[in-house]
Amino acid sequence: MVNKKATTTKTGFFDQMASAPSTDEFIKGLWRENPIFVQVLGMCPTLAVTNSLTNALAMGLATTFVLVASNGLISSLRNFIPKQVRIATYILIIATFVTLIDYGIQATSVALHKSLGAFISLIVVNCLILGRAEAFASKNNVGLSLLDGLGMGLGFTFALSCLGALREIMGNGSLLNVQIFGEAYQEWIVMILPAGGFFTLAIWLLFFNVLKKKKMA
Amino acid sequence: MTHESLWQIFINASLVNNFVLAYFLGICPFLGVSGKMETATKMGVAVTFVMVISAISAYGIHKVLTMIQAPFLELISYIVVIAATVQLVEMFIKKASPALFKALGIFLPLITTNCAILAVALFQTNKGYGFLESIVYALGAGTGFTLALLLMAGVRERADLATVPGIVKGTILTLFIAGILSLTFMGFAGLGTQ
Repeated sequence: MVNKKATTTKTGFFDQMASAPSTDEFIKGLWRENPIFVQVLGMCPTLAVTNSLTNALAMGLATTFVLVASNGLISSLRNFIPKQVRIATYILIIATFVTLIDYGIQATSVALHKSLGAFISLIVVNCLILGRAEAFASKNNVGLSLLDGLGMGLGFTFALSCLGALREIMGNGSLLNVQIFGEAYQEWIVMILPAGGFFTLAIWLLFFNVLKKKKMA
Repeated sequence: MTHESLWQIFINASLVNNFVLAYFLGICPFLGVSGKMETATKMGVAVTFVMVISAISAYGIHKVLTMIQAPFLELISYIVVIAATVQLVEMFIKKASPALFKALGIFLPLITTNCAILAVALFQTNKGYGFLESIVYALGAGTGFTLALLLMAGVRERADLATVPGIVKGTILTLFIAGILSLTFMGFAGLGTQ
């Protein structure tokens, strides 16, 4: 069920890193295996809710919560879940936590809940979460799984914020709802429209590709 | 209840608010399976089918859950129904057309985690659509998904032959194409309004 590519890179990774210290599990999600910029997982929320930095941060943190919680629970149950029904079990566990955070956000900020809309519920089908459950939490102990979830979640949040910040600055002339350019700034409306999402992600990927190439050369 | 006509619901779901290009739903298969026209068509049909089935079930589930006053079970029950439907479709295709089963490969079970399908179920609940409206909405969403997938596959087949700088090849090029497609679909805005 997991993205095929992610699974294969993962096994390779475990072979090399079997004895790595636990801090590595945390750091890898932030940069070397960043879920969005490197693994290109969980694209739908990435593009849909990043029209402002606030939305991007909220979405990122909500996903992090679900990721950490489900990773922890799945890892602690890993010896009890039968192999044949594991995917269904994972999805049920994830759906439970998503329902929790959905009601949580609704209780704390109705405005935020409105602007994120159905995308909070759609965290269930974020392939990143199921991917981590299958590739990591089902094979490692609770501590490592929690760290992995936290790292991946924060990496996801970081990437979302990159997209959200760029789109809000260019499309709205503001950052976190504070105007940063003068009155004369002509907004690039296209950046906060759907098309801008595709372009912004392409630009960031291009930026990181160029960086990587420079490093190798 | 809304006052949109069925035709408007269809146009809205397929063109104006295209699930892929305006709502960013189902991006994973959109980027993954859009390499060839043929697979794209079949994937589109399979997704549309699952969408319609899950829309019908979602309508029923919503009715039952409102009756027993347990709206918090909505998400969990939807996802279970979708997973079951996908399993059914998978078994059916495997039996009816092993060649197609092979061509779709890993993406067939991945339909479960296609957010477009769960989104159809959630949106129709939010909008309070009736039985017939739900089916039309799901059909429209599926058509829109297939259309976007086909357009993308067509462009990508051509792009394979073009010379592009090595650094943008792959995902980045696909994303730029998707952005341009999304721009063109903005031209449909206004079609579906009353």
